[in-house]
Amino acid sequence: MNNATAVWRDLIHKPFFWGIIAIVALLVLNVLKDPGYLAVSINPNNGNLVGNVIDILRQAAPIMMIAIGMSLVIATAGIDLSVGSMMAVAGAVSMEFLSGPGATGTAGAAFTAVGLSLLVTAALGAVNGVLVAYVGLQPFIATLVLMLAGRGIAKVITGGQNTAASNESYRWIANGYVLGIPVVFILALAIVIAVAWVVRRSALGLMIEAIGINPKASRMAGIKPKGLLLTAYILSGVLAGVAGVMSVGSVMTVDISRTGYQLELDAILAVVIGGASLMGGKFSLSGAFVGALLIATLDKTVLFLGVSSSATPAFKALVIIVICLLQSDRVRAWFRRRRSAVTTTRVDAQKKEVAA
Amino acid sequence: MSSATATPARPAGAALAARVGRSVTSNPSVLPTIASVVIFVGMIVYGEVAYGRIVQASTLSNLLINNAHLIVLAVALTFVIITGGIDLSVGSIIAFSSVAGVMLVNAGWNPFAVAVTMIVIGALFGLVSGVLIRYFNVQPFIATLAMMFLGRGLASLLSTQPERLPEDSALRWIGEKIKIIDGPKVNDLTVTPAVIVAVIVVLAAFFVLHRTRTGRTVYAIGGSENSALLMGLPVHRTKVLVYVISGALAGLAAVLYTARLGTAQNITGIGWELDAIAAAVIGGTVLTGAYGYVLGSVVGALVLGLMTVLITRDGGIPPEMTTIITGGILLVFVLLQRAVTRKKE
Repeated sequence: MNNATAVWRDLIHKPFFWGIIAIVALLVLNVLKDPGYLAVSINPNNGNLVGNVIDILRQAAPIMMIAIGMSLVIATAGIDLSVGSMMAVAGAVSMEFLSGPGATGTAGAAFTAVGLSLLVTAALGAVNGVLVAYVGLQPFIATLVLMLAGRGIAKVITGGQNTAASNESYRWIANGYVLGIPVVFILALAIVIAVAWVVRRSALGLMIEAIGINPKASRMAGIKPKGLLLTAYILSGVLAGVAGVMSVGSVMTVDISRTGYQLELDAILAVVIGGASLMGGKFSLSGAFVGALLIATLDKTVLFLGVSSSATPAFKALVIIVICLLQSDRVRAWFRRRRSAVTTTRVDAQKKEVAA
Repeated sequence: MSSATATPARPAGAALAARVGRSVTSNPSVLPTIASVVIFVGMIVYGEVAYGRIVQASTLSNLLINNAHLIVLAVALTFVIITGGIDLSVGSIIAFSSVAGVMLVNAGWNPFAVAVTMIVIGALFGLVSGVLIRYFNVQPFIATLAMMFLGRGLASLLSTQPERLPEDSALRWIGEKIKIIDGPKVNDLTVTPAVIVAVIVVLAAFFVLHRTRTGRTVYAIGGSENSALLMGLPVHRTKVLVYVISGALAGLAAVLYTARLGTAQNITGIGWELDAIAAAVIGGTVLTGAYGYVLGSVVGALVLGLMTVLITRDGGIPPEMTTIITGGILLVFVLLQRAVTRKKE
């Protein structure tokens, strides 16, 4: 039992604990409205899993991608406002290529389209990175420039239209299933794990956090902040490109003004819900993962409860405010004071154990 | 005609140049602001040469009339940005405040009470942001982002249809044109009460920032919050105050905009916070705080407004280029600022 409380105590101190609680609360709310909400059934025709939970996982995938990129950028004490616009650019590049005369309906064409999209967004990410790392602009302004210009670039690419195209392999990325699970979620999970593995198994994550804490000190400790900053912004660009491919692929149409619209704000929220500070210096990819899931759950819940989708932001605002309050020291101290009468004796006992 | 105006202006111009030179050498941070003035004048000259009919009373008064709300917003953002914070909520405050305002007018409220209510609504949003930032250590970006979402969502809950102000509503008077000089043809010098309000706001903000203790505290917080605290300045109170000011000014901007347009909708003001931030940055306000001038932000807002005028006048620029040009101009200005601050180091 002692072990169980230790695990519980550990979980409660995880920054994304309240995010998980919020997801559970939202799901409970849905179940109250429709007891069968959580049911996941298997489509008898093709063996795919269907259900609201699966939908949520699928919707969360693009947010996860940009939230992961945003985590790393925010850890360097930066911010990347341009990811939403970059999603539109990636979608525009893909659709323009696939609807062009040279493209065939083959998997090869889809592969090229994805490759081109990621190349373009990587280049845009590099522009952000150069402006921040080498020119020394404030990240907010540097990426604001691309946020404004990005949708213009996407419009120039498609000639101002919402281009549509058809390619089964490309569509499969967003709508396909492997072993009954949506490809898009497997892909997102794989990328999250890969990024997490690289940054946490190597010193990369530590160095990125060091830049966020104190760039001068990190330079004196032998870290080259400029190259790392550039890497973070390029990675954010590439991941935004992946998110763009995912969100465009499900409808096979790029909507210049809507694709990825204000998704940079969702990504920033996901990161904050995951417990990272915008001041930089730390990141939690698992937190961003939970945050992205929470945002997707919230979007779906509001729709499910029959509220107009344009009112969704109000509910997002409530969730942000509540989670920020729960994470703030003042509220935590207040909780501790209320609990202290009960727990003082237990804490004393633990201290004795540690001392012994 | 241009030589006629230039000749008598020369001695005054030389004195001004000397004064500007002195202030630049003593304080390089004014250079971006001066650069924005130079570029503004340059844009006017270019527009006059390339398209004509720019330097005339009607164009310039329309520039002010159409951008009165943006000027007020830029002033609001200047206060917040100088403290090192940011306010993303102004656009949504305008949406909620204007939809609520028009609905109240339609419900038969006194127009004056409605205008006051709209400003109070904005101030309340600002107060919530300020309290979240001050008492719960929420970062300004996140706190005002929450208010941005809240405002937009509440506006959508009120109505998703365009709400029309009645034709005979007294509120429309604020947006009505008053002729000052009746020029030939349609070349009249006109103002609206909204422009006068905007000018008063600018002057008041200038006075507060440069001539009062509160203003000095605002600059001090941007320089170093800890130092300001140790000096015994009322840092906490002022920090909440700037967000209340920013929210209230956003409410005021909602009054000015709604009165001119006559309609309000839940999608009003999307992205205006970015326009206002861009205006402040173009005008020489540095996003990390402590540097910035209200008058610079006003010029920044006018640069953005003039750009729209020039793009419509040109006619040949495809609409998709507009945002690219905005981004480009913003980039030029921040690069300039960067060059200046680097020289100082």
